[in-house]
Amino acid sequence: MHSKKPFYILVALLFILGITASVYRGVEHKVPFLPGKQVQSWAVDAKVQFQGTGDPAEVSFSLPNDPAFEILVENATSPGYGLSITDTNDQSDRRAIWSVRSAQGQQDLYYKVTLIPTGSTKVIASTEPSEPKPYIWPATEQAAAEQATQEVWAKSATNLSFAQQLNKALNAQERSQNIELLLSSNSPNKLFLHMLQSKGIPAQEVSGLFLEDQRRRQQLSNFVEVYNDGEWHLFDPTNGTQGRDENLLLWDRSGKSVLDVIGGVNSQVNFSMLQDTRSALATSLDVMNNQDALDFSLYQLPLEEQSLFKGILLIPIGVLMVVFLRVIVGLKTSGTFMPVLIALAFIQTTLLTGLVGFILIVACGLMIRSYLSDLNLLLISRISAVIIVVIGIIGVFTLLAYKIGLSEGLTITFFPMIILAWTIERMSILWEEEGPKEVVLQGGGSLFVATLAYLAMSATWVQHWVFNFLGIHLVILAVVLLMGQYTGYRLLELRRFKPLAGE
Amino acid sequence: MRLSFTKPSALRKKGVLCMNKRNIDYIGRCNPRKFYKRVDDKLTTKQLAIANDIAVPALIGVVREQHEIEEIPTMVLEEDGFVIKPSKGSGGKGILVITKVEEGRYYKPNGQEVGPSEVYRHVSNVLSGLFSLGGSPDVAIVEGLIQFDPVFDGYSYEGVPDIRLIVYKGFPVMGMLRLSTAASDGKANLHQGAVGVGVDIGTGKGLHAVQFDTPVELHPDTNKILTDIQVPHWDFLLHTASKAYEMSEMGYLGTDMVLDKVKGPLLLELNARPGLAIQIANNRGILPYLDHVDSLGNHNMTVDERVEYAKKHFAHSAQL
Repeated sequence: MHSKKPFYILVALLFILGITASVYRGVEHKVPFLPGKQVQSWAVDAKVQFQGTGDPAEVSFSLPNDPAFEILVENATSPGYGLSITDTNDQSDRRAIWSVRSAQGQQDLYYKVTLIPTGSTKVIASTEPSEPKPYIWPATEQAAAEQATQEVWAKSATNLSFAQQLNKALNAQERSQNIELLLSSNSPNKLFLHMLQSKGIPAQEVSGLFLEDQRRRQQLSNFVEVYNDGEWHLFDPTNGTQGRDENLLLWDRSGKSVLDVIGGVNSQVNFSMLQDTRSALATSLDVMNNQDALDFSLYQLPLEEQSLFKGILLIPIGVLMVVFLRVIVGLKTSGTFMPVLIALAFIQTTLLTGLVGFILIVACGLMIRSYLSDLNLLLISRISAVIIVVIGIIGVFTLLAYKIGLSEGLTITFFPMIILAWTIERMSILWEEEGPKEVVLQGGGSLFVATLAYLAMSATWVQHWVFNFLGIHLVILAVVLLMGQYTGYRLLELRRFKPLAGE
Repeated sequence: MRLSFTKPSALRKKGVLCMNKRNIDYIGRCNPRKFYKRVDDKLTTKQLAIANDIAVPALIGVVREQHEIEEIPTMVLEEDGFVIKPSKGSGGKGILVITKVEEGRYYKPNGQEVGPSEVYRHVSNVLSGLFSLGGSPDVAIVEGLIQFDPVFDGYSYEGVPDIRLIVYKGFPVMGMLRLSTAASDGKANLHQGAVGVGVDIGTGKGLHAVQFDTPVELHPDTNKILTDIQVPHWDFLLHTASKAYEMSEMGYLGTDMVLDKVKGPLLLELNARPGLAIQIANNRGILPYLDHVDSLGNHNMTVDERVEYAKKHFAHSAQL
């Protein structure tokens, strides 16, 4: 007897691989684990306006850059302008550059972007920022600034706590004389920034947009980011708050100006936005498409093949059901996997129509078959005759259903005809050899298993899983292999052998 | 009402073999795939048996092609009755029994007349593979009718009673007598309603009886007490079954035999996948016996030694 160890290792590997692949799909590609899940998305329009002076114009506009939002679609409309989108290496400074040889009068440039929240609100620094040069205070402010900074410094331990204490001091109910003095000639953001820099703490001014449904003509707000331990923390020194609102979209983190216009005057930008819900699955597909991550997905296939695969990938579920019902429960079916094929037909016809149609066709087929059996035909030609008769029966039923106006009846054509013909032949022999009771028993058993397989295969979440998480098929394979090793009692044997238990 | 299920632990304690374990641990492990033809093809079994001096029912003829069907009436001209069976059939399917031939007219055991066209169609179905496993083309065997031994009169209804022995690695371990009933329509298959009587390996005496997996005391049609049965020629039957091991090289084997009034015990067929109802008929699990044989390891016993060993250790009264 050879060792079973390699087998169990194989099963465990299949299982782990299947689960990992599925979880990776769900977490990395954000394929929703449940079907029909909706996600929020934001459509933001930025409108850049300026007055052209008739000279060549170049407009440089910074584009949103925020790990908390994924860009699904973006496009810019600007008739007559050349457009390029530049990317610096670390992606922190994406800009749209519009250019035109001559701009005269009022100019409108549009940038549209669709964003979906990713939920990752932390801003991780990709590289360690260099220590800033200390800010040189004007002579009139130097003493006050040093004193105020020192006071806060004494009450802090880290970069972060220093920034927190500073933010508090700037917004205290009763501010110190020194801070009052400094605020009279500096904006809170600038003062905050300068005081941080004077202590060598990396900090930068960023701008963000508050997303609110159906708002128009919105402006960017300014914040300060403070670096601490690999992460940027957001502060709003104007009102003393820390951290970010979940509706805040960081637009520009480069520290440069959001909009630069050369060859124009009176430039301004304003934003309008709209909230939308869309299917989580479609969203994740769009994201994968953006990232070229579709390589190993059935969604690359043409639609027709996709729908074919949606059906094929259900078969493992039906097969699993049959293996379970036969090996663990101990039910008998006529023809091992015939119930799976019937269940596939049920998916097309819906259960009730399918059951009624199946019974009608088999019953009619049996009657006609009993006539054929009197003709003493060879088996092959008899079954061929049954196939042709089955097609006839299906045709008649479809026509009748159409005349009566039963649209459900039209789906009867989805039954696999060869299977039906064989079923009729087997049932007919069974009837002759073992009587009608056995026909009802075995036929009923097959229909029962087919119904269970149908129920498993038609559940929307099952259909969602087998198509979107291909790893699940490895798990099914592992389970089928394991069940193939099951040497225990079947459920129905517990009843069959009950007299032996000696109770 | 409580559903009548028992606990798996109770069955395990009694050593009851189940379908999954039978398939994997016994059939899968002990029966080499390449020897299946010897048991699945009844014609091969018959030829092997004749070569090994094991008595079988007379072979009248074999029909291999459709056009040969017309030769059947000439074939059976001299016979009182005959049986047509598919060579690769299973579960008793496709067996046509004719007990009386009279001026070219055939009669079934229940007296019903069978026309030549019905015989023709039946054989044609057999050749097309309607009854064979997987539907592969088949041949029809025409056999002499068994004149069954009157010792079982009153125990069997309209059919041939047969004796099933489970032979594990050459040791007969469990036996059962299968008696047809009105419910089984003269057939000796338990799932069709035949009565199974567990038989003591040591003596050939009836122990316990079941129908449809439920214990019974009396034959449902004749009302005779089933456990009174004593199978004659018991030693001979054990020897024949044990010999079938060398002949088929199957480790886990079911042998079906019948008692002919004139010829004595005849080997009817072998089965590589014998059913589990024999345990219910014997009212005990088969696993302790199989484990006992396994514990002997690689033995070099002859047929006689194996039969003696089995009679001594696997008898009802023996302690395992």
